[in-house]
Amino acid sequence: MSKKEDFVKFDKVDKSYDGKVLVVKDLNLDIEEGEFVTMLGPSGSGKTTCLMMLAGFETPTNGEIYLDKNPISNIPPHKRGIGMVFQNYALFPHMTVFENLAFPLKVRKMSQVEIEKKVDKALSMVSLGGFANRMPGQLSGGQQQRVAVARALVFDPSVVLMDEPLGALDKNLRESMQYEIKHIHESIGVTVVYVTHDQGEALTMSNRIAVFNDGKVQQLSSPDKLYEEPVNSFVAEFIGENNTFGGEVSEISNGTCRVKLEKGEIIANPISVKSVGEKTTVSIRPERALINPKDKMDNNQKGKIEEVIYHGDHTRVRLNLLGNSEFILKVPNSSQNLDIKLGNEINIGWNSRDARALDPK
Amino acid sequence: MSSETGKILTTDGIPLEESLKQSEKKNKIKAFLLVAPLLLFLIITYMIPIGDMFSRSIDDKMVTNMLPKTYKAMENWDGKELPPEEVFEAFYLDYKILVKNKTAGKLQTQLNYEKNGFKSVLKKLARKQKKFEEGNYKEQIMKVHKRWRNVEYWRAIKRRAPSYTYSKYLKGIDMYSNEDGKIVQVSEDRRIHRILWIRTVEVAFFVTLFCFLMAYPIAHLLATLPMKYSNLLMICVLLPFWTSLLVRTASWMILLQQQGIVNDFFVWIGLVADDNRPEMMYNKTGTYVAMTQILLPFMVLPLYSVMKTISPSLMRAGKSLGATPATAFFKVYFPLTIPGIGAGCLLVFILAIGYYITPALVGGASGTLISNQIAYHMKSTLDWSFASAMGLMLLTGVLVIYWIYNKLVGVDNIKLG
Repeated sequence: MSKKEDFVKFDKVDKSYDGKVLVVKDLNLDIEEGEFVTMLGPSGSGKTTCLMMLAGFETPTNGEIYLDKNPISNIPPHKRGIGMVFQNYALFPHMTVFENLAFPLKVRKMSQVEIEKKVDKALSMVSLGGFANRMPGQLSGGQQQRVAVARALVFDPSVVLMDEPLGALDKNLRESMQYEIKHIHESIGVTVVYVTHDQGEALTMSNRIAVFNDGKVQQLSSPDKLYEEPVNSFVAEFIGENNTFGGEVSEISNGTCRVKLEKGEIIANPISVKSVGEKTTVSIRPERALINPKDKMDNNQKGKIEEVIYHGDHTRVRLNLLGNSEFILKVPNSSQNLDIKLGNEINIGWNSRDARALDPK
Repeated sequence: MSSETGKILTTDGIPLEESLKQSEKKNKIKAFLLVAPLLLFLIITYMIPIGDMFSRSIDDKMVTNMLPKTYKAMENWDGKELPPEEVFEAFYLDYKILVKNKTAGKLQTQLNYEKNGFKSVLKKLARKQKKFEEGNYKEQIMKVHKRWRNVEYWRAIKRRAPSYTYSKYLKGIDMYSNEDGKIVQVSEDRRIHRILWIRTVEVAFFVTLFCFLMAYPIAHLLATLPMKYSNLLMICVLLPFWTSLLVRTASWMILLQQQGIVNDFFVWIGLVADDNRPEMMYNKTGTYVAMTQILLPFMVLPLYSVMKTISPSLMRAGKSLGATPATAFFKVYFPLTIPGIGAGCLLVFILAIGYYITPALVGGASGTLISNQIAYHMKSTLDWSFASAMGLMLLTGVLVIYWIYNKLVGVDNIKLG
């Protein structure tokens, strides 16, 4: 059975609440069957609105959403068969864990035997076997979260939506829940659309990430591509850390370009610049710039150390480089004795491939 | 664990419990002093009046105090045959004083309640006793009127011996204790109180029901509308609260009377003929309409405060799990509002069961409630002990309802905010 490539499809979807501002602009997004797609973006970027349109609690102002090739804009939420995990869990406080999980099965008029079997299976999937008769109020946040996940999956929906489900948990629990949800997804192969503003969460869990900003998908790609090859300066800025130089393209040839800065010049990889004279922002990941590089690199600059912060496994070094006093380096802690001291001048090198000339900020 | 039975000492060697008590003492006194005025207020304005009401409702000392010697002499009398000479003598002596003090009339009235025909006998005795000679009072009294030879009359006196009576309570449910001391119902044409009790409960029940049916959607709207609209709606709900009860009732009178606005409207749209305007006031309809409107906020507010706490994502969760909006409402939303429903219904029912002004003004004859009867006895017949008895019966009824409610729903489940 081949996987359907456009199992969930947003086709030119616009959404406006007040008729003046578009919250979602011309959204086109295909989600493959069985895929884990995360919608990532700052608050107000339209990602939750997209999720609510998919769930059926909001209607698109324009355009259409297809689920398995069928348009669903006119189907009410309860007929869509989409599971949903809410930010505050939304467990029914007056029902036991069992009744919560049995709810979607009861409204589908399943037999008692079948219900018990499915609920048991779902509870053991989230390792809450003995908790069937507890009330949600007697569970910890993490346990409630697992019940919510189990409830969204118990009726075998084709798509499960998760709206910042881990937002209320503390850091350690959040991380272990990330792996748990990822494993559940891998074992049952359901399509998951996940919304979060936490990039770490998105990078850990997803097959693909859609970065939202200003009602638009800025980039849709796998986590590694998103990090290594951001297509514009917003994505570069939003995902991970990032050193930037603003300048003007002075020469462009053979997959490299020269960017003239206020002080000095760098060789960069032209991603979104086409012609000489264009303004651009050059983005370099902190770990791609090395101190005293052994290999030959086509960018070599001198910088002055302005701040050294010890982080345990690595040291962050802030430099003043080519007029940018916010240039960050991450130096792994090793026995190698580099001359990292406040006020020292050091040699920094990077490959032009890793210096991506993107759109100007 | 140490072998000493769990006595922990502080570093000073004082037992921990004692030390704790001492350190808490100041706070306890402070806390008590803070609530003391309220406690005093409650005792003065609530406990004492209720106690006074109770003692008034069972008080029957008047006759006892008027015939002290008689009742002392009667202590050994079994009531089967005519009492012995001592009783006659004691009664003569007691009565003589009453006649002298010109208070015999009260005794005559009271004893006539107990046994018909007592008044005239006593009046005759009052005239004749002046010529009585000393000794053999039994003969002399019996000579005054032949009824003195009837043991029934003496039994009637003896029945009034206890200084406490529950006859007012019996009267409240249309019963009385007859000459043989048995509790029987009053004749059918005089049973008015029972009708009133039933009507009061009925009106309170339906007013609660109407309030619930009207308040639920309003409260839901209040809880879900955006702030600027819900504030406006809230003011509309609270507006009646800021208007005098009397004004509200009076405006209902203007609306509901036969030549009133509502009737005019019905005639105008052709619902009723002009010469056949329905009576919507001075009957139960008027009571229902006015009381429902007046008590509505008491239902809306607890419902609203409960609904406000229900997250909208619960309904969404229900729908996303496949429940139709109706199922999601009845299985998810409605059960969560039950604490508010309980609080609202209890509040409205209890307020309605003791309602006075509105039924008095718009109720007419068929729309008055038990509280109107109480007021009538307070103001018109001046039978305060009967009014007190009925008031206490009403209070007991409310407490019983509260108790049943607690058994069924649990008072801890009530949420007022």
